Amino acid sequence: MTQLTQQILSGVATGAVYASLALALVMIYQATESVNFAQGEMAMFSTYIAWTLVQAGLPFWAAFLLTVLISFIGGVLIERVIVRPVHDAPVLTHVIVFIGLLVILNAVAGWIYTYTVKEFPSPFPSKPLFGGAITGHDLGVICVTLAMLMLLFAFFRFTPLGLAMRAAAQNPESAKLAGIRVGWMLAMGWGLAAAVGAVAGVMVAPVLFLDPNMMSGVLLYAFAGALLGGISSPGGAVLGGLIVGVLENLVGTYLIASELKLSTALAFIILVLVIKPSGLFGRVAIKRV
Amino acid sequence: MTALLEVSDLRASYGPAEVLHGIGFAVEEGGITALLGANGAGKTTTLRAVCGMVSRKGDVRFAGERIDGKATEAIARLGVAHVPEGRGTFVRLSVEENLRIGAYGRRDRGAANDDMERMYQHFPKLAGRRKQQAGTLSGGEQQMLAIARALMLKPRLLVLDEPSFGLGPMIVASIFKIMETVRREQRVSILLVEQNAALALELADHAYLIETGSMVMGGPARALKENEQVRRSYLGY
Repeated sequence: MTQLTQQILSGVATGAVYASLALALVMIYQATESVNFAQGEMAMFSTYIAWTLVQAGLPFWAAFLLTVLISFIGGVLIERVIVRPVHDAPVLTHVIVFIGLLVILNAVAGWIYTYTVKEFPSPFPSKPLFGGAITGHDLGVICVTLAMLMLLFAFFRFTPLGLAMRAAAQNPESAKLAGIRVGWMLAMGWGLAAAVGAVAGVMVAPVLFLDPNMMSGVLLYAFAGALLGGISSPGGAVLGGLIVGVLENLVGTYLIASELKLSTALAFIILVLVIKPSGLFGRVAIKRV
Repeated sequence: MTALLEVSDLRASYGPAEVLHGIGFAVEEGGITALLGANGAGKTTTLRAVCGMVSRKGDVRFAGERIDGKATEAIARLGVAHVPEGRGTFVRLSVEENLRIGAYGRRDRGAANDDMERMYQHFPKLAGRRKQQAGTLSGGEQQMLAIARALMLKPRLLVLDEPSFGLGPMIVASIFKIMETVRREQRVSILLVEQNAALALELADHAYLIETGSMVMGGPARALKENEQVRRSYLGY
């Protein structure tokens, strides 16, 4: 019983990371209608920035906040410089640009930081809490992610800027007619997605350790989570990420060898696409012909 | 009266194909100008060209200021509210959020709350559906929402693309009645594209006739109404 509780709670913690990245994917998807395959590498790069700042002697939380800020600016720049010119291009162009971005970020990280695996400090105590039900790190990850999600929700729900960003993603032409600077809203969306990814990266790095390929698996789980919840639903993506995290842990513990865990994510993606392509909470895309 | 919107030699093209071949018209301060013409004549494109939604050339002045080089959002911020073809509803946002977006381009966003209440008074049907998703409204309600959203910008010029499209005569009549009230209260000028020529000529003080991308006739609405050609082709009697 305790083992089951432990596995579920630790699944929630990794699920929280998947949920963050899944949310980042959904945010970009809503604005561009394509999946940002480079989201994981952007998060990885942010994590290296955090590592650099901590190495330079900054206290962890200062480095954390600064990283989130730098990632936001980085995301805005990526949209302005790389994504903007292909905004009206077909989906395949987006896919190729995003994959190119993935390869570039990965290579640049390898070039600057080498491919040697680095340790990343956890800001949370590692000792088990509540009679061994959950580790301090897992609890910390859950709290930080929860706080970030609530902030994001409040921003999109209650601020004029958040509303304008939703409007711009939903109906760009109509948003322009209302005087909303749609181009900047999309850039801010990229900035926010990059910032959310940075939080995910920093939260998962103490467990996965730091190397340029650290996020490839996480991105796959996040993708599974986003699809499960519905790629068009931010709330669904968060829930989907959590479910995938818990399932991954349970399946890896009780059913199959943990080496096969990543394959279950892929199997899961295929299963969702076959049975319910719109996900649990997604809208079914209806096209008039 | 002075002209609020002055358009001359307006050309617009989709890709290499020019679809407007030098159109000129004006909307007077506080007036209503209607653009008439058959399907595909270029009425919608004219409106889109004025608001910078298609690539265009020519001389467009709003309140004396050249706007033919400006971006759509910048033109909106000057006080031009455009209800596009298809109404441009934000279908997954609530009625209230749609109205809030309408006020986004205003400088005095603080006063927007009072205006929102005024819109609910003009359009009581919307008041009962504040929290409802806009996509679930009926066609007539969505048209009301679109006009209310545009008015939230506190525009000097309201640009309407086929406000009667797909609606029953009763709803059309009530929408036009409300528009008339709002226009008098807020002193908005209106540029109107309307399929229903009889209705448009009833409402407008000036009207222009567009055929295949060129202006063929223009003047006081009364004159057009009495014109033999307009009467036969567009009024149908």
